[in-house]
Order: sequence, then structure tokens, then C-alpha cells
Amino acid sequence: MKKIETIIKPFKLDALKDALHDLNISGMTVSEVKGFGRQKGHTEIYRGAEYMVDFIPKVKIEIIIEEERVEAVIEAIITSVRTGKIGDGKIFVLPVEKIIRIRTGETDKEAI
Amino acid sequence: MRKKTTFTVCALALLVAGTVFAADEVVKITVEGNAAAVKSVQTNLNYVWTLIAAALVFFMQAGFAMVESGFTRAKSACNIMMKNLLDFAMGSLAFWAIGFGLMFGATTTGLFGTTDFFLSGWTGPKGDQWVLAFWMFQCVFAATAATIVSGAVAERIKFTSYLVYSFVVCAFIYPIFGSWAWGSLLNGNGWLEAKGFIDFAGSTVVHSIGGWCALAGAIVLGPRKGKFGPKGEVRAIPGHNIPMAAIGVFILWLGWFGFNPGSTTAGDTSIAMIFVNTNLAAAAGVISAMALSWIMFKKPDIGMSLNGALAGLVGITAGCANVTPTSSIIIGFIAGIIVVISVVTIDRMHIDDPVGAVSVHGVCGAWGTIAAGLFNIGGTTAAIMTTQIIGVVAAFAWAFGTAFILFTVIKKTMGLRITEEEELEGVDIAEHAAHAYNDFQTLN
Repeated sequence: MKKIETIIKPFKLDALKDALHDLNISGMTVSEVKGFGRQKGHTEIYRGAEYMVDFIPKVKIEIIIEEERVEAVIEAIITSVRTGKIGDGKIFVLPVEKIIRIRTGETDKEAI
Repeated sequence: MRKKTTFTVCALALLVAGTVFAADEVVKITVEGNAAAVKSVQTNLNYVWTLIAAALVFFMQAGFAMVESGFTRAKSACNIMMKNLLDFAMGSLAFWAIGFGLMFGATTTGLFGTTDFFLSGWTGPKGDQWVLAFWMFQCVFAATAATIVSGAVAERIKFTSYLVYSFVVCAFIYPIFGSWAWGSLLNGNGWLEAKGFIDFAGSTVVHSIGGWCALAGAIVLGPRKGKFGPKGEVRAIPGHNIPMAAIGVFILWLGWFGFNPGSTTAGDTSIAMIFVNTNLAAAAGVISAMALSWIMFKKPDIGMSLNGALAGLVGITAGCANVTPTSSIIIGFIAGIIVVISVVTIDRMHIDDPVGAVSVHGVCGAWGTIAAGLFNIGGTTAAIMTTQIIGVVAAFAWAFGTAFILFTVIKKTMGLRITEEEELEGVDIAEHAAHAYNDFQTLN
């Protein structure tokens, strides 16, 4: 079992959700985050004083998936989200030790 | 035939008798009687207009609260609301107890009044009620002057110290100067108005007094932590809700339609020109401030444009009844330019004024007073201009001087500022143990 974490531009969330839906992915968790990588921030102005906004708003999506499907999901994410411009984001693949569905007590593969 | 005629005559007689004795007294229809009745309609109209205007000016308190909160951080929002709520509440009571008498009581010196404290001039519900209507209108004006300071000292002043300030400004600082310029509107007679000082609705009496008190407060208090960098650079501390600030400006603009035309305290046709002047000056101020900010900062700045509206409004407040609509446009336009330059300059002087209160009210109030002399419909003279300048300087000396002393005394006794730790945590938590936006996580 693997966890795929991906950080994307906020306006790409719908496209990503639809692409994963086409792959019959059964669920995901979305959070609003901010951050920066090599993409720099931008300058804003407030009452005559310029200031740098270092942290760019992003969206983070977490999906739990069987190891066999990881490559297909990565492919789907990249195709739906990529703009080619700086700030497209990153995908992280992490191992998952144990999963439990709270309502039924099902574990691991049955709990995905 | 006779019975029918007798019956008809008797019926008619009873009818006439009935109408004559129906009224409490027999009303004689005379020219004097008519004139008195017409005058009483005008008097009633004066009451109604003055009190509607007072309600509009009261609503400016909401405008100030929204502007100040919009231009400051979320972690200070509760405190801003408390300061605005309390300066109106304390100001009303201070003005009732002491201020009104100092401002409009009978005077021998021309410097302050000595009667009419605690609304002692009111003789009860059967007597003349004008003193109440007049007090109500003047009370909301005093509260306006008081609340101007709230924005300049936002996010770092101690709440109890602000309460003390609110009382003193409405009890003493505002009304004493007010008595110099407006005392004769009731029982007083000020030295400044005796010279012919023009300040119809209070560019100086209300706005400059408030603005210079704000300057004193901001200086004695010191800047917010992080406002000025180690190399002296000016850092932006962006407001947390620009639409809120914009609503505030619209509310103030609406309230100003009570502030300026209401100062006639009479329901007559003169209010029309005052309405028009007020609106045109505000509109011109928006445009010039926006244009200048566009040139200076490469984009039209929303904060500056909002301040421009207020600058125009303050700028026309002195001359709204003695300048033409065309002149109002010029006055407002110049005020919009002045406010942008002033905000940047005050920042560069390392005085932290989170909402631009000093620039909008102090500086533009002075401009408005000068403009009332320059653009006077009857023409301007050296005498008129001299008096206007004397008024502007006297206001600065009095308001800045007394407020500076007041804030310094507070600083040295009860303390003026929250601690550094409290400021980082946020004044809402520190002073009120409250969260303005409980369902949202505010990241600052």
C-alpha cells in the first residue's frame, strides 16, 4: 500500500479530481496549504509599501492506493495538472504501514 | 311646512354650535396666528432634519469601525470594535457631563463655557426641547473626533489607557477648542468665531482636532512591532479585510450627508448645495488619490483610493456651505493628492498610522479650512485667510499639545502600550481573551 501526496496549483484541483475519478480512485483528502520551492514569490503593494509574498497558496491531495496502481495514478496526475509553467508542484510516494476503516474495523487492502 | 323649516334651522344651529365648541379653544384665524403656525412647522422640520442628520453621523461610528478593522490584522479585530464602541459610549457620557457645557455654555472669556453641564439647560418635557436636539447632534460630532484617534493607535494601545483618553478628549480637548469656533451656536461666544473663522461642519473643529490627537498618540505610542525594518525601511502590514474597509468608507460617505448638511440644523433649501458639494468633493478625492497612487506605485491602489474619498470629504467639511460645487471638485481633488503624499511622508517619518487617520483628518482638515477661505463664494481677502490660518495653527497647538501631554502622562503612570509578547500574540487575546473569527484559523 502506498500513499501519494501531491502539491498542485489550486485551480488544477478540479481537473485532478476528474482524472482520478476516471481511474475509479475511491477517495482523497484535500488541504489548503502554502509554500514555495524554487518558484519565487511575488511582490504586492499596500498603501505605498512594497512587500514580498514568499508563500504561494497551493493545494495538497493525499491518496492511498495499492502498489500496483501507483504508476497509473502518477501518470494521471501529471497529465491533468501539468501546465509547463513554474510552480506546477510535486508528487511524493510514501509507504503505508497499516490502514483501518474506523466504522467497520476492516484493515489494509479492504480498508482502501 | 313650518315644522320642517323649524326643524332644519334647529339642526343647523346645533351643528354650528357643535363645531364651534368641538375645539378646546376657539381658534381665531388671524395673520399673526397663521405666521406662528407656519413658523412652528419650520421649527418642527428643523428638529426632524437635525435629528435625522444626527442619526446619520452616529452611523459613521460603524464606518470608522469597519475602516479601521479592514485596514488592520484579524488578531486585533475585537479590540478595534471595543475601542470604537467605548469611545462612543464614554464620549457620549463625558460630553453630557462636562464637554457640552464647556463647548456651548455661557462664557465670559471666550475660551470655554461655564454653564449647561449635565444638560442642566433642559427644563423638562414641557419646556423648550431644542437644547436636547442640539446636544444630540453635537454629541455625535464629539464622538466622531474621538474615534479618529482609534485608528492611529490601533493594535498596540492599552485598552484602559484608551478609555481614559476617550473621556478626556470628549470632556475637555474637543469641546474647549469647539467653544472657540462654535460656542455661539448656543449660549457661548468663542474668540475664534468672533474673528469670522469659517468652519461650517468641522474640518478643523472635528477632523483636525481628532487628527492631531491621533498624531500625538501615534508618536508617544511608537510603531507596531515589525512596521519599520532594521535598516529603517517601511514594511507593509496588510489589512485583513479590504472589502470591510471599503464598506466602512461607503458608510462614512453616507454619514457625511448628515455631517455637512445637518450642520445647518435647519430644514431649508440651503442643504441642497451642501449635499452636492459633499458628494462632488468625495468623488474628486477618490479620482485624484487613485490617479496619484497609480503613477507612484504602478497600480491603482485600493487603500489609497478609499483614503482619497475620505480626504475629499474632510476637505469640503469646512467650506461646504460657502463654496460652489465646482470649487468643491477642486478642493476634493487637491485633498486626494495631499492624502497620498501625506501617508507616504508620515510612514517615512517612522510614525506608524495604520489607517492614515493623521493624513485624512489632520492634514486634510487643515487643507479644508484653508480652502474654505480661498474658495469663499464672496471672494477671499487677506483678513479671511489670516483668520483661517490662525484657526488651523491654534487647532494644531491645542490638540497636539494637550494630547501629547495626556498620552505622555498616561505612558508614565498607567502605561500606554501592551507588552511585546501581548502584541505578538494579538491584542484581542491579550486584552479581551477573545477571537474575532472563531471558525477560521488566522495565520499571523
